[in-house]
Amino acid sequence: MLRTARLCLLVQLLAIFCLAAPSPDPLQPKEEVQVCKDAGQYGGRLVVGLRAEPKTLNPVTAEDAVSREVIGGLMADLVHINRSTQQSEPALAKSWKVSADGLTYTLKLRRGIRFSDGQPFDADDVIFSWAVYTDEKIASPQRDLLILDGKPIQVTKLDPYTVRFTLTRPYAAAERLFDSLAILPRHILDKPYRNGQFLQQWSLNTPASQIVGLGPFRLKQYLPGQRVVLERNPYYWKADAPKRRLPYLDELVFVFAGNEDARLMQFEAGETDVVNRLSAQNYSLLARQSGGLQLDDLGPSTEYNFLLFNLNELNSSHVPEIERKQAWFRDLGFRQAVSAAIDRESIVRLAYGGRGTPLWGNVSPGNKLWVDASLPHPQRSVDSARQLLKSAGFSWNATGNLLDPGGQPVEFSIIVASSNSQRMEMATIIQDDLSKLGMQVNVVPLEFRALLQRVFQNYNYEATILGLGGGDADPNAEMNVWVSNGSTHLWHQGEAHPATAWEAELDRLMNRQMLTLNYKRRKRLYDQVQQIIAANLPMVFLATPDVLVAAKPGVGNFHPAVLEPTTLWNVDQLYLRRGAEMARSR
Amino acid sequence: MRDRGSILVPAVLLVLWHLAFLLAGFLAPYDPAEQQRELPYIAPSHLQFRGPKGFHLRPYACGASTVVDGPAPCYPVHFFVHGCTYSFAGMPWSVHLFGVPSPGRIAILGTDAYGRDVWSRLLFGGRISLAAGLLATLVSLVLAMLIGTISGFYGKWTDELLMGGAELFLVVPWLYFLLVLRAMLPLHLTGAATFLLVVGVIGSLGWARPMRLVRGVVLSARERNYVLAARGFGASDTYLLRRHIAPMTAGVLLTQAALLVPQFVAAEAALSFFGLGVSEPVPSWGNMLAVLQQYSVLVSYWWMLAPAIALVITSVMYGWLAEALQRSLKSSSI
Repeated sequence: MLRTARLCLLVQLLAIFCLAAPSPDPLQPKEEVQVCKDAGQYGGRLVVGLRAEPKTLNPVTAEDAVSREVIGGLMADLVHINRSTQQSEPALAKSWKVSADGLTYTLKLRRGIRFSDGQPFDADDVIFSWAVYTDEKIASPQRDLLILDGKPIQVTKLDPYTVRFTLTRPYAAAERLFDSLAILPRHILDKPYRNGQFLQQWSLNTPASQIVGLGPFRLKQYLPGQRVVLERNPYYWKADAPKRRLPYLDELVFVFAGNEDARLMQFEAGETDVVNRLSAQNYSLLARQSGGLQLDDLGPSTEYNFLLFNLNELNSSHVPEIERKQAWFRDLGFRQAVSAAIDRESIVRLAYGGRGTPLWGNVSPGNKLWVDASLPHPQRSVDSARQLLKSAGFSWNATGNLLDPGGQPVEFSIIVASSNSQRMEMATIIQDDLSKLGMQVNVVPLEFRALLQRVFQNYNYEATILGLGGGDADPNAEMNVWVSNGSTHLWHQGEAHPATAWEAELDRLMNRQMLTLNYKRRKRLYDQVQQIIAANLPMVFLATPDVLVAAKPGVGNFHPAVLEPTTLWNVDQLYLRRGAEMARSR
Repeated sequence: MRDRGSILVPAVLLVLWHLAFLLAGFLAPYDPAEQQRELPYIAPSHLQFRGPKGFHLRPYACGASTVVDGPAPCYPVHFFVHGCTYSFAGMPWSVHLFGVPSPGRIAILGTDAYGRDVWSRLLFGGRISLAAGLLATLVSLVLAMLIGTISGFYGKWTDELLMGGAELFLVVPWLYFLLVLRAMLPLHLTGAATFLLVVGVIGSLGWARPMRLVRGVVLSARERNYVLAARGFGASDTYLLRRHIAPMTAGVLLTQAALLVPQFVAAEAALSFFGLGVSEPVPSWGNMLAVLQQYSVLVSYWWMLAPAIALVITSVMYGWLAEALQRSLKSSSI
C-alpha cells in the first residue's frame, strides 16, 4: 500500500517536473541579442484578465483587440514602437538605414537568433512574412497600410541578414509600419500558405507545439471558456542588464473575465495580478483599499471622445426626418453653438471622476509629440452659443424653445452605446446643457453593434457619441479618419470628392504630411490639420480619459504606458518579486 | 367585522403611500432633473437639532452645500418654502413642504451622479412607476374581465378559442417581445408615448392569468339556481351578465388587482432598468436603479438603492392587502 502511494507521489513529481516551464537557454556567443537596462528575478506566473476570449492566434488575420493582446506575447516585429517613449526602436532588425530620397529602407537583422521551436531566423522569414501580409487573398487588416499608390511596398533579400524595402514614394516614419507586423516562421507556414490553407492556420484548436514565433512566450495550453496559458520562449532574443536571457516569467496566463467590473472583482479577489483600462470610479475604489497596490494614473490617453452629427448623403425617401435636421447639423454656426454650450469640465468631473482632460481638438495632450498646444480652449458660454444661433437665423418662442429658420422646433436624438456608462453620462450632461439653449435632446441607449451599424452602414441616426484613437500616436494612424475617402471618415462616409473646401484642404495636408520626412515640417502640417478641424468641428470634441492601471505590489519592472498594451508592453521584463510569489502560493 | 378591519389597515396605508407620490411636487424640495454638478454622489444630509446657539427645535440639515471650500456647514430647515415651480391639478405651484436657504442643499437621500436630489427623483419616479403599474393593472383586468366572462358564459368553441389564446399569451416571453417591438418602432419616442407603450405592453400581456380565474367564477356562477331561475323568466344574456354574474367576479378581480399592481410596478422598473422604458432625464424607479449595474456605484453609494426599497415596500403593502382580501373572500363564501 505504502509502496503504491510512494510510486504515485513519484509519478506526480515527475509530471510536475515535465510540465514545468522550460528554463531559458544559455546565451550563444554568436547570438546578437538585444540587451535591456532592467534587471529582475526569474520565475512565477503573471495572470491577466481579458474581457473576452481571443478569436484566433493567427497574427495576420487577427482583428479584435483581445486576440491581438494575446498574440502580442507570442510574436515579435522588425522595428518596434516603444510604448513609453512613443519612438520607434530596433527589434528583430538591429538597425536600419533610410536612403536620402526616403525611398529605400535597409534593415540589418539580428544574427543567430531562433524561433520558439529552436529553428533559426533569417531574411527568408521576413520575405515570407511580407508576402503573406501583402497577399490580396489573405486580406490582412494591416494590408492597407503596406500599399502605397496601389502597389505593395517591395522587399528584397540582400544577404541572409539584410533586407531592403522599396517604396514608390516617400512615406513619413515608414519604419513605424513594421510595428506589430509579426515575423512568421517560414519553416512552419510556407507549406500551408502554398496550399492555400493559410487562413485556417493557428486557430485556437491548433496544437500548441505548432504555433511558433519570436515573441517572449509560446503557447502552452488553451482551455476554452477559461484561459490561455503561455510559457517562456527559451530562445527569446532579449537579455537583461546582467546578460541573462529574458523573459523572467515562467508563465503568462490570460483568464477570460468579461466586462470591466468583472475584471476588477477578479483583481480584488487576488485572481489576477494586473488590471488595465480602469474607469475612474473603479480606480478610486481600488485607491480606497489599502494593501500597497501599484496604482498609476498615467495622464490623458490618446483616445478622443466626441459628439458626432450625421452629415452623410442620405437617400431622402429613406429617412426624411433626419434629412430635414441635417440642415441644422451642416450649419457651422449650429455646431459651434453646441460646442460652446457643452460643459466639458463637468464631463471630466462627473463622467471621468476628475481623471480626464477636456478636449477642443482631435489630438489629446496624451499624444505629446503631435498635439498642437496653441489650439484655443474657449470657456463654456451659453451666451455666445445663443449669439451664434441667432446669427445663424435661429430664434426662440415664448416658452424658450429653439426654433430653426423655418420655424420648426429644434429636437434631435443622440444614440449612445448602453454598455458605456461614461458616454451615457456625457449624453445626459449634454442633454442638460443644450436644454439651456432651448434644444430638446433625447438620449437613446443602444446596443453597441446596433449603434455601429447605424453609424457605418445605414446612416439612420441624428447624432451619436463615440471615441477614436488609442492606437499609434503617429498622424498616419489617423489617415482613415481625416482623409475624405477614408474608411472611418465618420461624419460623411464614402465621399467621392471632398464635400467642402476645408475637407479638400484636410486631404491635401494629410497627404502632404505623409510624404514629409522632417519631423518639424510634418508637425507644422499636422498643426494646420488640427486647426482646420477645430475651426470646422466635423466632430464636437469632448474629453479624453486618463489611462488608469493597477498591479499587485509584487509585480516588478511595472512601467505602464499610455499607448496600448498599457501594462503588458514590456511583458518580457516584468517579474514577480520572490516574497510576493511565495505569499501567493501560501 | 374583524375582516373589514384587517383590510382597512393596508388599504389606508396604501392610499397614504400613493398620496405621497401624487404630491411629489410638494414633498420634493427640488426639480428632479435639476443637476448640481458640484455635488455628485453626496451622502444623505443628516439632521441635527443643535444650531449655532445650542439646542434648537428647528432641525438643521448638514452635509451638502454648493459652496465647495471648507467643511459643509449646517442650514436651518424651513417649512412651506417657495422653490421651483411644479404643476399639480393643472396649476403651477411653488410651495414645498421643506427646504433650506441657498447655498445650502438638503439631500435627505443624497444625490446621484449629476448631483440631482435622489429624494425628489424617488418621489417623481414613483409617480411614473406606480401610475404605470396601476394603469397596466386596469388594462389587464378590463381585458381579463371581458374575455373571461365571455369565455365562461358562452362556453363551447368560444371558450376553447379564448382559452387557447390565453395560454399563448402566458408563454410569450414578454421581455423579448418588448425588445422586438422596441426595435421596430422609431428610435426616439416621446415620454408619453414610451409610457403608454410600456403600460400597453405590460397590461396586454398580463391578462391571461386573471382571465382564467374570472372564467372559473363565471362558469360556476351561471349554474347557480338564481341565475337559472332568472334565465327561466326570460332574462337576456346582457342582463344576466350585468345583474348576476359580473358582480360575482368583483372579489376575484380585487384580489388579482392587489397582486398585479406590485408585479407590474416591478415590470416597469425592469424595462426602464434595461433602457426600454422611460428615458432620462425623467426619473422612474427602474432608470434610477440602472446606475447600480456599475459595480463601483453598487459598493460605494448605498443610498442609490432607495428605489429598490420603495419597490419592496410597495410589494409588501400590496401583498398584505391581497392576503386580507383573500381571507375576507373565503370567510364570506363559507
